[in-house]
Amino acid sequence: MSRTIKETPSVLEASLLTGAQAAAHAMRQINPDVVSVYPITPQTPIIQTFSKFVADGKATTEMINVESEHSAMSAAIGSASAGARTATATASQGLALMIENIYIAASMRLPITLAIGNRALSAPINIHCDHSDSMLARDSGVIQIYVENAQEAYDYMVMAPKIAEHEDVLLPVMVCQDGFTITHTAENVSMLGDGEVRDFVGEYHIPYSLLDLNRPTTQGPFDMPDYYFEHKRQQQEAMEKVPAVLKTVQDEFYELSGRLYSSIEPYKIEDADYGIVILGSTAGTVKEVVDNLRDDGKKVGVLKIRSFRPFEEEKIRYHLSRLKGIAVLDRSMSFGSYGPLFTEISRCLYDTEPVLRNYIYGLGGRDLFPDQIEDVYKKLIAGDTSKATEYIGLRE
Amino acid sequence: MSTIKQLAKKESEGKSFRGGHSLCRGCGIPIAVRTVLNSIDTPVVVINATGCLEVATTRFPTTAWNVPWLHVAFENAAAAASGVEAAYKALIKRGTIPDDEPITFVVFGGDGGTYDIGLQSLSGALERGHQFIYVCYDNEAYMNTGIQRSSATPFGASTTTSPSGTESFGKAQKRKDLTAIMEAHHISYVAQSSISHWHDLSTKTKKAAKAKGPAFINVLSTCQLGWRHEPRDTVNIARLAVETCFWPLYEIIDGYYRLTHEPIEKRQIKTWLKTQGRFKHLFNNGNEYLLEEIQQDVDKNWNRLLERCRQDANYFERQEAYF
Repeated sequence: MSRTIKETPSVLEASLLTGAQAAAHAMRQINPDVVSVYPITPQTPIIQTFSKFVADGKATTEMINVESEHSAMSAAIGSASAGARTATATASQGLALMIENIYIAASMRLPITLAIGNRALSAPINIHCDHSDSMLARDSGVIQIYVENAQEAYDYMVMAPKIAEHEDVLLPVMVCQDGFTITHTAENVSMLGDGEVRDFVGEYHIPYSLLDLNRPTTQGPFDMPDYYFEHKRQQQEAMEKVPAVLKTVQDEFYELSGRLYSSIEPYKIEDADYGIVILGSTAGTVKEVVDNLRDDGKKVGVLKIRSFRPFEEEKIRYHLSRLKGIAVLDRSMSFGSYGPLFTEISRCLYDTEPVLRNYIYGLGGRDLFPDQIEDVYKKLIAGDTSKATEYIGLRE
Repeated sequence: MSTIKQLAKKESEGKSFRGGHSLCRGCGIPIAVRTVLNSIDTPVVVINATGCLEVATTRFPTTAWNVPWLHVAFENAAAAASGVEAAYKALIKRGTIPDDEPITFVVFGGDGGTYDIGLQSLSGALERGHQFIYVCYDNEAYMNTGIQRSSATPFGASTTTSPSGTESFGKAQKRKDLTAIMEAHHISYVAQSSISHWHDLSTKTKKAAKAKGPAFINVLSTCQLGWRHEPRDTVNIARLAVETCFWPLYEIIDGYYRLTHEPIEKRQIKTWLKTQGRFKHLFNNGNEYLLEEIQQDVDKNWNRLLERCRQDANYFERQEAYF
């Protein structure tokens, strides 16, 4: 029955791809059994590109063109429960609409890949990037990876099923790429060969398939207070096993691609006195600023967090606890408190010395310029100990 | 077509839905579930919306289901079923599961999960043409959460969110005609049945199972708690809904209507309303006009249905034997 797929030879040289196209190529090479799709800017080019691959026979995936993101995730849950490798993609309001089912997918331990093109949440409606949407899923039980560029988007999309489907994990994985900044910006991306990806992700097997007629299972039952708590505790346990699995998958990916990844990326932080902690594409700009300040003799660095869930506290502590001052740059807000990344960082450094500052930047796609990042470092160096959250590039 | 013996045999052999669940005594839902599942010859996979059926049959770590069963949430049973069905096709394509062992996917949802919150996902799934049977057990209110009005609740019924009172005669709006909405999706099989007519429901299930693409069956199911009647009267009250023509039994095949049961003597709607506490206030002095209004509405709908069936009669005469 299975159709043969025309092989694309191993592409070792770089191709010019947007983050969305890179993610779609990763999906083409993974060739998931089922992909449920619903359009939303800026994620749409991912599913459009992928749909065309399927239409051209470059992937044999069953596509479900659902009528909403809520149904996209519901269908993904049905599909993954039935034992099919499953992916979907969304952003912003779409993510907000599917949030109920994101929680359910994680709780039912279904290894679904979600490609996210990060975008601000309404209101006011805004199609540009910030991290409010994926932060909404912060506590849902999904693994969250924030990538910096199209290459990382591709690489983590390839790694995602392998992380998600590991028997110790069985959780959905969100690969979050900044809307427009990554999704719509063409960069050089090195792809692996189709066969390499296929071998890397391997065959998909889940321990309990709904379609196993010889061993019928009741999936998604009802818990009273006598069991619910234990089930939630098991989810935490699965999440605690992710760092080891993530490391193994990243190491295997290194063997294949020569690109070495970690759940965090320290940049010139080893001997730094002052550091910025950040998620996503802006890390690239911060690195540029670090280089310039280093040229001026300033001991500054940056720690990029790739894996926000799970939050690998020990590693992060190791890099940050001996700094003099740290600025945490959040691209989303938790109204009435500090930014979500800041809250994590301050919790994991609560008994250490560094001065911690929280900056909010880039909401609704507001640009962040190198001189503004430089100002952040300069304030830290000047010994600014203010506790108040600051907003970069905002008209007060 | 099944005989009652065949259904009983299937019940004792297959036991796809077992006892020991916590649905109320006199509940109509298990009658619908057993009749539907025992009428299907292939293996089944059940997808269930949140509601009485789901809650009362799967209290962890117990289950009343001896067939694969999936519950995701309230409003998305049809979407979840789409995913299961797509996975089934994909896994056949991949060679993981055999293609000569057909599975019938059956979705169960109550009226809240079907008429209201799940309407969008059901509509989407019907338009996409997934191969499944959607069975709505319509007990005319949100019974699981404590008898709140839904868009399936009949005009005049007292529920906890449309209570009768000095300023209210119960639900002020007419019920939604979901079966007609389903027909508007131009799927090949749509039917309305009742737990009181096992033979009718069984026959319709068999047709639904053979339909190309999705099929929909709207099954009237009484709720002794919400309708306020004696548990022993469940089947009789459901039957009276049919005999008064409040709930006609019919099917729509490829868009053509056919009546599957014509009452020998059409009863007054009052005889049905009287059997249930939720309509008690309608019999208070001064509410005669409401009874009149309800009767007129039943008559209007019944006559329109008859007219439609008459128009389409030729189609069925031309067909040798459908399904």
